[in-house]
Amino acid sequence: MRRVEILKMCAAGAALLTLAACVPSSPPSSAGGDDRSGTVRVWLFDEPNRAPKERVVAEAIEEFTAAHPEVTVEVAYIPTSPARHEKFKGAFNDPASAPDIAEYGNTDLAEYAAAGGFADLGAEVRSWTEGGDIDADLLKSATAGGKLYGVPWYIGVRALYYRTDVFGELGLEPPATLGELTAAARAVRERRPDLYGIAVGGQYTFGALPFIWDAGGDIEKLDSPGSREGVKAYTDLMSDDICPPQACAALTGGRTVELFAGGKAAMGILGNFNRSAVDAGPAAGKYAVVPLPGSTAGTPAPAFAGGNNLGVMRSSRHRTLAVQFVQLLAGKTYQVKMYEAMGNLPTLTSAGRELAARDPFLKPFLDTVAAGTRFVPVDPAWVKIDNQKVIPTMLQKVATGQATVEQATDEAAAAVDAAFGRS
Amino acid sequence: MTTVTTAPAGPETPTRRAAPRTRRRDRLRPWLYLMPAAAVLLPLFGYPISMLGLLSVFDYRQAQVSGGEPTTFVGFGNYAAVLGDRRFWSVLTQTAVFAAALVAATLAVGAALAVVLSRAGRVPRLLLSLAAMAAWAAPAMTGSTVWMFLFDTDLGLVNQVLGIEGFNWFYDRWVAFGVIGATVVWHSFPFVMVTLYAGIQAVPASILEAAELDGASAWQSFWRVLVPVLRPLITIVVIQSIIWDFKVFTQIYVMTDGGGIAGQNSVLNVYAYQTAFGSSEYGLGSAIGVVMTLILLAVTLLYIRALYRRGESL
Repeated sequence: MRRVEILKMCAAGAALLTLAACVPSSPPSSAGGDDRSGTVRVWLFDEPNRAPKERVVAEAIEEFTAAHPEVTVEVAYIPTSPARHEKFKGAFNDPASAPDIAEYGNTDLAEYAAAGGFADLGAEVRSWTEGGDIDADLLKSATAGGKLYGVPWYIGVRALYYRTDVFGELGLEPPATLGELTAAARAVRERRPDLYGIAVGGQYTFGALPFIWDAGGDIEKLDSPGSREGVKAYTDLMSDDICPPQACAALTGGRTVELFAGGKAAMGILGNFNRSAVDAGPAAGKYAVVPLPGSTAGTPAPAFAGGNNLGVMRSSRHRTLAVQFVQLLAGKTYQVKMYEAMGNLPTLTSAGRELAARDPFLKPFLDTVAAGTRFVPVDPAWVKIDNQKVIPTMLQKVATGQATVEQATDEAAAAVDAAFGRS
Repeated sequence: MTTVTTAPAGPETPTRRAAPRTRRRDRLRPWLYLMPAAAVLLPLFGYPISMLGLLSVFDYRQAQVSGGEPTTFVGFGNYAAVLGDRRFWSVLTQTAVFAAALVAATLAVGAALAVVLSRAGRVPRLLLSLAAMAAWAAPAMTGSTVWMFLFDTDLGLVNQVLGIEGFNWFYDRWVAFGVIGATVVWHSFPFVMVTLYAGIQAVPASILEAAELDGASAWQSFWRVLVPVLRPLITIVVIQSIIWDFKVFTQIYVMTDGGGIAGQNSVLNVYAYQTAFGSSEYGLGSAIGVVMTLILLAVTLLYIRALYRRGESL
């Protein structure tokens, strides 16, 4: 009897505990403040070759602190790996560990906006003299629900890098269509078995998407005939006579950059922002760039217009200072410096025009942009799709023969629908 | 737990009144003894587990955490979603098979080395203990990374020694599981070895001597003498191993970059992590966590029960 009673008491106690914990609480999000002194904390993305970026940022900090002697600027470099989501969520949930300014990928915007982590900078950017110079399409990549959650800092566009020495030695022409690209890749691998025909990877979503878009497919309709054609075209490159699945199925975009930069591949789908990494390796001086060809000559495959924005956190305690520092970093002077240091395409039209005239390297990328770029869905669902590795899983299943193109695309389309909450 | 109640003897009246009180104190005593432990364990385990259970019945995503949307109660909706997901079942099966193989391998390696340790000379014993302690002390993250380097496709020592540069150990699902399994066993066998070694040391030499005099071979005296004597220890080691190996996370997450090619090497914990944190579905992730806890509890209870049935206690 007694024991039963004690058990009852325990159960009651447990129930009380549960009640006390009650409904999981949502922390009140603090609106931040506007201190004019102290430490402005900045999160910037780490890069494979960070030193030049760090130098430019240090220069900007020097200029900023010279004008605001009572302010210090503290920069932390955070990884671009999926772990960044954890860092950002942590910052949103706990303002005490959050920075004032953060660089973030525009693909993550929808999720961060839904989480309410960034401040609306619409008014500040409109009243900023250089604000009107930002490409209108690019401002859209920083806008969600009519609010501007940051200043586009730079964009990156991918194109086809190829090794001029290898192509010259084998008497190959730079490919003008996707068909020619596949043929050239096969020819290279056949005659130079030490090289991959083209470095592609099963986890390289932004390398595969142009193939899908070019064939008329789309992320939201992965089981459409166009998407299937694109998936097939891309995964066909992961075959023993071009880029063996044993080696290539697991590769990320970053690893394909390393392969090309390391001189292990005759071609690669790399961004303008990868230039410094390639120039630091054995492929330096032995490569050229053309727009990634589409299925018909003259129309490049639509590239993904990825880029990074500089946002001010809603919880920032230094609102004005933070906005001023963002305007400095995203202003023309430092956009040009960032291009010189990292090869990042500027978002200010005037800066782009100035640099294009100066550096012919930019031409294939600007041609690609002119031919039309595409973007991932501006919806929190995209982050889910990205994190669940829906597209890499689809590509890897096809490349390793675990599933046919039809099965893999059906499965991926179902996962995409589920992410959008449509199923 | 044994409750011994002494039969009242002697003069009737005083004991009659005293008896219920004594009995009550006897009944309460074990709970009193448990109090200090409970005071520590209840907040430490009770709070997270109750929060886990609570989250699992809510639609709780990033928007709710940062206050963008109100939290809604969905009852068993998350559980229905988890149990209705084909991927959950395939990952669960994979986890169970992988964990079972790991438990068997860990036990075999640990027990064999414990016997070796008890028979080895001083220097080899010291070397073996040191090697095992080093493996035990290595953080899972470090150990996994080192093993990953060893089995690297292009630069790995293993491929260089075997002369198969370019062979990707993580391409085939089962080969990858083999390498990861070896890493997990390497991390967990020292606990088994040390525990069993301590047990073997405590077995009176006279018993083993008697077995030897009766003509038992080493093999026989291991299975017929040591194992029965050590059964309580083995039980604990098995339960620990089941729990550890079922919950394996770091090795898989690090060595296969979060689940391997097309997620072929995913296990339940990695799946729960990716669902909860990767996709910000905290409610759904909690439901997976609860299901996993229940499975582990059930396995452990069944195992202990089976032991009791055979008339052996812990």
